[in-house]
Amino acid sequence: MYHQTLGRKSYSFPDLKTLLAKATPDRSGDHLAGVAAENAAERVAAQLCLAEVPLQRFLEEPLIPYEIDEVTRLIFDTFDQSAFGPVSHLNVGEFRNWLLSDERTSAELADLAPGLMPEMVAAVSKIMRNQDLITVARKCQVITKFRNTIGLPGRLSARLQPNHPTDDLKGVAASILDGLLYGCGDAVIGINPVTDDHRVLSDLLKMIDDLRQRFEIPAQSCVLGHVTTQLEALRQGAPVDLVFQSIAGTEATNRSFGINLRMLEEAREAALALNRGTLGQNVMYFETGQGSALSADAHHGLDQQTCEARAYAVARHFKPLLVNTVVGFIGPEYLFDGKQITRAGLEDHFCGKLLGLPMGCDVCYTNHAEADQDDMDNLLTLLGVAGCTYFMGVPGADDIMLSYQSTSFHDIRYLRSVLKLRPAPEFEEWLVKMGITGEDGELTRIDFHNPLIRSLPEFTF
Amino acid sequence: MPEEPASIPPEPGETHSPDEGLTLANPDSGGDASVIENPWQSLRRFTPARIALGRTGHSLPTRELLNFQLAHAQARDAVYSAFDPNLVAGQLAERGYSSLQVHSQATDRTAFLKRPDLGRRLNPTARETLLEYASQGHPTPDLVFVLGDGLSAEAIHRHAVPVLDLTAQALQAEGWQIGPVVIASQSRVALGDEIGQLLKAGQVAILIGERPGLSAADSLGIYLTYQPHVGRLESERNCISNVRPEGLSYEAASSTLLDLVKRAKLFHYSGVKLKEQ
Repeated sequence: MYHQTLGRKSYSFPDLKTLLAKATPDRSGDHLAGVAAENAAERVAAQLCLAEVPLQRFLEEPLIPYEIDEVTRLIFDTFDQSAFGPVSHLNVGEFRNWLLSDERTSAELADLAPGLMPEMVAAVSKIMRNQDLITVARKCQVITKFRNTIGLPGRLSARLQPNHPTDDLKGVAASILDGLLYGCGDAVIGINPVTDDHRVLSDLLKMIDDLRQRFEIPAQSCVLGHVTTQLEALRQGAPVDLVFQSIAGTEATNRSFGINLRMLEEAREAALALNRGTLGQNVMYFETGQGSALSADAHHGLDQQTCEARAYAVARHFKPLLVNTVVGFIGPEYLFDGKQITRAGLEDHFCGKLLGLPMGCDVCYTNHAEADQDDMDNLLTLLGVAGCTYFMGVPGADDIMLSYQSTSFHDIRYLRSVLKLRPAPEFEEWLVKMGITGEDGELTRIDFHNPLIRSLPEFTF
Repeated sequence: MPEEPASIPPEPGETHSPDEGLTLANPDSGGDASVIENPWQSLRRFTPARIALGRTGHSLPTRELLNFQLAHAQARDAVYSAFDPNLVAGQLAERGYSSLQVHSQATDRTAFLKRPDLGRRLNPTARETLLEYASQGHPTPDLVFVLGDGLSAEAIHRHAVPVLDLTAQALQAEGWQIGPVVIASQSRVALGDEIGQLLKAGQVAILIGERPGLSAADSLGIYLTYQPHVGRLESERNCISNVRPEGLSYEAASSTLLDLVKRAKLFHYSGVKLKEQ
């Protein structure tokens, strides 16, 4: 039982998960789940109480029992006690101060990551303001490699997302060319297929692989089918670079996705065996998002942000090239408006980075959310300042397959330009070689002399 | 893969006719010197995606920016458009259908958006309306149609009654007992379960406004549930999506629905298992 007194009023919280939920900044999904604070004062009372909770407490009180949840088991079994050392004597409030101190270095934060449980990171995020989340995340450096190097300081990568409502190869290829000509695709060329069929996946993977080899593009591809479908395509000989899967922070939610940790391990081993990475072997790509556990009725009374942080413990176990939170996709019953989407995006990026993940964000919304492109501009800019690893590049920000709005190739150009960020170095070199950007990193005026444009007739898509 | 190899002019600026495979149009900035057009606009024939938009600096040209804003505005307006159950009741009466009007527990649009669970249950007045109807000794309906606003009232205003009429006429001709049409405000798909249960319907087909996209704000969805009752799973329904003249036509949607309801009656279930049959 946790108690907090404010003036003459006293507040009680029966357990740690309730305390965490009540301390969470306001969002519709926690109200839907019935775990949110009843009013603003109760929320701050919970935050004051949470600030006094020793980090050690998280090792003593699992939020979901060890016996019934393999994500809890993964968190406890892989916890690195010695890495935890530097902060093991702190409470949550002191941990916030420690993180924000001038003395903290990027190396120190990287060394700490294996000694942090996701629940500790979620807890401290709940008592941090947006600028705190940005300040600390900016100091975290996470570098991963496959055919290029993602996450170096001063760099910003982009997933090229060329979706098409019927998986039409020419339609997908047209969007890929558009994205490349705007300097996007260094994180991954990643397609969400309409049809989760290994033959569809194989056709798309072969098309991208042909394109990549023909133009010697230092990038990787992925078709985001179910992990089992990707493995089937791989077994049939498809050129699989990265294996994708949506993951969540509870075993029951993952079960609703048709996956478990063993399947992810098998997938990783299969992709590693292909040995297709030239610079590194980070072969996994994960997507997450607040609200998925509640949506699957598998949240065990936890708030959605704590569930989300637990998903990052799953992700980091498999050493991914990329992770992103699809922050506004799930709808207004989980994140109601631009303010809630913004807060969630900053929290997710902070938690992922502090736990050692190459964290990107699908800055996005649906048409029934109280949000618009201005909100996306704001979050994109904030996350750019926070050092977010990559964003989505969707033609005109309008995903014609998934029917939601994300960020565009133009948005990537905007952020690189105003924050002086450059693409992954190998990809940057390729963009200059192809005459897409100049030595200054700005787009050139592409005309018929551009090598990619001149090669179009030979590219038989 | 391709039957049509892409072709571009060998020299910059040369023009091809549109049916000559891939041609690269001369950049056309419409006379605006600030706009840099993309010389791959002809790739647009392969995809409805917003490609080759051109740019001014790193930003969208004004025309493309406002095109997008218009599409989003139409989608937003559709989500918040006021549902007019009396208008729908009038359309139904003109075609000889009687109707009942009900409301979910979501009192307004904000509650509806934040609390999907409230949109899945009837308010007390609505329950009374349906219980009273059921106690009046009408024949037990084989199928009940529900017209629910969902996320786009416009979809119901425009498309629901014609689709219902096509389907109901065909079923009545085969001797099916069609119950009263229920018009439901602030409704989610699962509201049909409670409605069907109270009316003791053999099946319920709810025609509902889908979440507006940028390309269409008045798309209608149809969900069929065999022996509806509160607690039915999503996997126990069959769905027909994107019904509108520019998408799946009324005739095609009605024909698919007819096929589903007949097979559901034959096999005594709906949902994933029926789809696989």
